[in-house]
Amino acid sequence: MGEKIVLFSEDGKRSDGRSLDELRPIRIKVGVLSNAQGSAYIEQGKNKILAAVYGPKEALPKHISLPDRCILRCRYHMAPFSTVERKSPAPSRREIELSMVLRNALEPLVMTSLFPRTVIDIFIEVLQADGGTRCAGLTAAVLALADAGIPLKGLAAACAVGKVDGKIVVDLNDLEDKYGEADMPVAYNPTLDGITLLQMDGIMSKEEVEQALSLAITATQKMHKMQVDALRERFSVQRRET
Amino acid sequence: MSITEQRPIISKLEQQELRRLLAENKRIDGRNPLQYRNISVQLGYVEKAEGSALVELGNTKVLAAVKVGIAVPFADTPNEGILIVNAELVPLASPVFEPGPPSEESISLSRYVDRSIRESKSIDLSSLCIVPGRSVYSLYVDLYILDYDGNLIDASVIASVNALGVTSMPKYVVEGQTVKKTDEYFKLELKDRPVSLTYAFLDDKYVVDPCLSEEYASDFTLSMTVKSDDRFCAIQKNGGGMVSPRRVMELLDKSVELGKELRTVAYSRLTGGNG
Repeated sequence: MGEKIVLFSEDGKRSDGRSLDELRPIRIKVGVLSNAQGSAYIEQGKNKILAAVYGPKEALPKHISLPDRCILRCRYHMAPFSTVERKSPAPSRREIELSMVLRNALEPLVMTSLFPRTVIDIFIEVLQADGGTRCAGLTAAVLALADAGIPLKGLAAACAVGKVDGKIVVDLNDLEDKYGEADMPVAYNPTLDGITLLQMDGIMSKEEVEQALSLAITATQKMHKMQVDALRERFSVQRRET
Repeated sequence: MSITEQRPIISKLEQQELRRLLAENKRIDGRNPLQYRNISVQLGYVEKAEGSALVELGNTKVLAAVKVGIAVPFADTPNEGILIVNAELVPLASPVFEPGPPSEESISLSRYVDRSIRESKSIDLSSLCIVPGRSVYSLYVDLYILDYDGNLIDASVIASVNALGVTSMPKYVVEGQTVKKTDEYFKLELKDRPVSLTYAFLDDKYVVDPCLSEEYASDFTLSMTVKSDDRFCAIQKNGGGMVSPRRVMELLDKSVELGKELRTVAYSRLTGGNG
């Protein structure tokens, strides 16, 4: 390796000037697409991600439908220009796994038994990636579901936590994700006290995982408030129009 | 696109029975909730592979084989060997496995096993460089699921680590511009012995090492991989459902404890090294 990667400055700040438990600047907007039943856009650091929801609609071909509830179809996809090196638009193994992990994280939030034999399509499109895209994508997708008027058991927000240069930090950026020791994405629903997405790679002791997990809970609670504000903004505008 | 999976139907009677037993801390096959099934390991099962292991975890049967070759390294890691894990859900193993391109289940399985081996640094990839930037060893770990009775993840990690633990590497020599294989071999060094522990959740109860009916009846599973030094190197929740943070923390404790026991049993046939 040529030059040394600096993950912490001398005053203990992170590479982008944040403290250990500080989130990147987040901007959320709900209802940004005209054709989708629900949509949301999120910027978290340099991440730019769109999420759209179509449905519930008739599940075709019929054999994919379930008699007692709706099914979810989810696609997480990164645009070819979202990364430094061009990414092939064909779905990678990573994107296939994340599509599944995100579907699993969204499914417990949706009141699926209200719409038997139907399907809800969820599309997450990463326009610019800066670490933590699955989490930001999930935070947006949940809002897109709410925007579509689909009854949910609650909202969930997601945030990656991890270990960088021996320290437990919140909301890893691209650099910290690449050169840090561990990365743990967590999606959490504060009203039901439920984790719907949990992954980890890298090395952490039991105590470090526990510490990271509690940081994730605090961070997602903050993000939950931002989600509520974004929904409020969306629907208060609509009320004025009518 | 990832679509809600259609699980094979499991009868209401069996589901009720599983839950009724679990309320009394019992299981359908007589185990207690935190007990693994019997593990048998056969090393060097496939002679054509440089390393292999057939692992039986109860009725789940996984064959892992390592093929060694040389390759051009990835541009971002010019001094490191290449490790690739691939899982085949062979159609003869289960009516739910279908021929065709890899399913998301098989991709997710192989990526989890890959993380368990890579992140635990079980293999020192930098020791597998022959000519920097030009020629490195490639290790292909192919997982063959031969019989499916639940908990593929734990069985696959055990099979892969065992197979890597008995892998003999052909020695290559550099002759001018070319790299030539010799008749000599050396043993691949295994730096760690990670084990994965998978828990299936049924309502507010959970069991370790779920058998197939427990897996089908469960809301979701949670897998955790523990290194020999009790640190964690991979965690993944699979399937829908929610888990409380308190429960996750409880399972971290359990995994450290159960991991020690499992490691001794799963790698008893490997000699030397640590763990």
